[in-house]
Amino acid sequence: MQEMTYSQAINAALREEMKRDNTVYLLGEDVGVFGGCFGVTTGLIQEFGPERVLDTPISETAIVGSAVGAAAAGLRPVPEIMFMDFMTVCLDEFFNQAAKMRYMFGGKAKVPITLRTVCGAGLGAAAQHSQSLEAWFTHMPGVKVVMPSTPADAKGLLVSSIRDDNPVIFIEHKMLYGVSGEVPEGEYAIPLGQADIKREGKDVTVVATSLMVHRALAAAETLAAEGVELEVVDPRTLMPFDKETVLKSVEKTGRLVIVHEAVKTGGFGGEIAAIVAEEGFDSLDAPIKRVAAPFAPVPFSPPLEAAYVPGEEKIIEAVKEIL
Amino acid sequence: MAFSKEEMLGMYRKMLLIREFEETVANLFSQGQIPGFVHLYVGEEAVAVGVCSNLGDKDYIASTHRGHGHGIARGASVDKMMAEIFGKINGYCRGKGGSMHIADVELGFLGANGIVGAGLPLAAGAAFANKYLKNNGVAVCFFGDGASNRATFHEALNLASIWKLPVVFVCENNMYGISMSQERHQNITDVADRAVAYGIPGVSVDGNDLMAVYEAAGEAVKRARAGEGPTLIECKTYRHRGHFEGDACVYRSEDELNEWKKKCPIQRFSTRLLEMNMTTREELESIAAGVKEQIKTAVEYANRSPLPDETELTTDVYCD
Ligand SMILES: Cc1ncc(C[n+]2csc(CCOP(=O)(O)OP(=O)(O)O)c2C)c(N)n1
Ligand SMILES: [Mg+2]
Repeated sequence: MQEMTYSQAINAALREEMKRDNTVYLLGEDVGVFGGCFGVTTGLIQEFGPERVLDTPISETAIVGSAVGAAAAGLRPVPEIMFMDFMTVCLDEFFNQAAKMRYMFGGKAKVPITLRTVCGAGLGAAAQHSQSLEAWFTHMPGVKVVMPSTPADAKGLLVSSIRDDNPVIFIEHKMLYGVSGEVPEGEYAIPLGQADIKREGKDVTVVATSLMVHRALAAAETLAAEGVELEVVDPRTLMPFDKETVLKSVEKTGRLVIVHEAVKTGGFGGEIAAIVAEEGFDSLDAPIKRVAAPFAPVPFSPPLEAAYVPGEEKIIEAVKEIL
Repeated sequence: MAFSKEEMLGMYRKMLLIREFEETVANLFSQGQIPGFVHLYVGEEAVAVGVCSNLGDKDYIASTHRGHGHGIARGASVDKMMAEIFGKINGYCRGKGGSMHIADVELGFLGANGIVGAGLPLAAGAAFANKYLKNNGVAVCFFGDGASNRATFHEALNLASIWKLPVVFVCENNMYGISMSQERHQNITDVADRAVAYGIPGVSVDGNDLMAVYEAAGEAVKRARAGEGPTLIECKTYRHRGHFEGDACVYRSEDELNEWKKKCPIQRFSTRLLEMNMTTREELESIAAGVKEQIKTAVEYANRSPLPDETELTTDVYCD
């Protein structure tokens, strides 16, 4: 094991996959000379040259659209969209082109593109640079959705995403880039579609994604002192979604709290709740609770932003409501 | 173009007010007093002031992530702007928007914008509304060289050209979009050349020359008001500071920056005023002192303003 930040782990995965497969290339705004807006691609242009690490104009439509074309023509592009909020300006390329091509063409095409992007609030970046829009992409048949919460998961899942023959959106959280953790030495891949139990417990299942995994773990620590044991499940990928692990955990605990940073209404938490209601109703001893952002854009002012993003206290509150 | 002394000194003062505002924000940001991102306009003041000095009540402007200068040039209150940047309830957006979203629709200021290139079609729309309402108003969109590579640029110019909309597209070519120099991000040197594709006039001017900007914008606004349609104006300029505060600027040289600092639009205009015997050193100094005082007051106002209450989280998502 080695200690690495989330950002370094992503960088390492990109480097390894570029070494292993010369059809893998990166493109995006400021990913080369600048090393990426958050420094994630630092050093890659020096190592692989400007033919494989391409600084692009501010043209998201062309970044993603060209990646889709190149993917269909045999390459494995890894485009970066600087903030997830900007997915709105290249959505056709991702949704109507990449996601549907294989199906529409009767299975005769593959589009192995891994689109890296950044979600989340916490930097005071306001309504157009802080959103968590993962639920949109789970509503797109043909697309896989990955949301790692730790350095080790980020590395292993990015490797699998790049090797996957389908379009993948790989969602990084800006507040996790500096977080360190143990990462296995050498090459490894984590299959898409496998949840991970980040902490075992018998009283309440908490399914949390991305940054919220850390908040759920903090809540678990606090509640453990009071004798309440949370089981924290990190789905890691929302599509495919590992419902077996969640259902099994709920079978054990009888209680479910779902936590995500996206707004509650129309969020992926609704889907998880529906799955458990449909397939695990008999396991439940209490109503399902969702902890998520209020139905509003992300505010700028620090106290509002802090109140917007679900925190440890809100998770504890929800747990106590169903205990 | 004949200007009264008041008009000339008024424009000088506005440029200085922008400079002082931005330098103050830079300082406060480095002291950790300002949350989020800030993108400063230092070095580009002549563009905003030269353009906005042509505008009247019914006119609109749409701005960018680098929007403080546009707001001030349009006549926004520096008190309320500063309070917004501090995230306070007395700010233009009740603290909900911050630096990147300062707006005052009543003032004809359609807002700074976090999405590069988003302002172009918005300005076309405001121009459409003015034309529809027959109120003789125009709209101006500021945007960067980098933004001229977005689809919105091309779609908005085309639409405005066929509908003959009273809109002026002002490209602030500061030679970079974050780390990408213009020669790396487009295959032309004059963004104004792109006007040809839409059959509209395209002019390229020295963006650090207030009078040159004023005249080009004046011509374009006149054309727009006369129903002759849009114009693309390119103002060649340079940002003295990083893309955002905290940017180490690894992509450009110190020499290049110093060359451009010598072409400072404010110094250039004050020299001109002195040469024309329009003013004296003493008068310029007293203007500068007044500006300093005004910004100091703005910071005090921002500091005094309360933070928003948590109940603000879900207000104004919809109209009542
Ligand atoms: C659609 C979109 N893509 C990317 C960004 C990130 N971004 C913010 S400012 C900027 C550079 C803009 O360059 P330019 O238009 O030249 O304006 P300048 O910053 O030089 O004033 C970029 C890429 C964004 N905000 N919106
Ligand atoms: Mg620029």
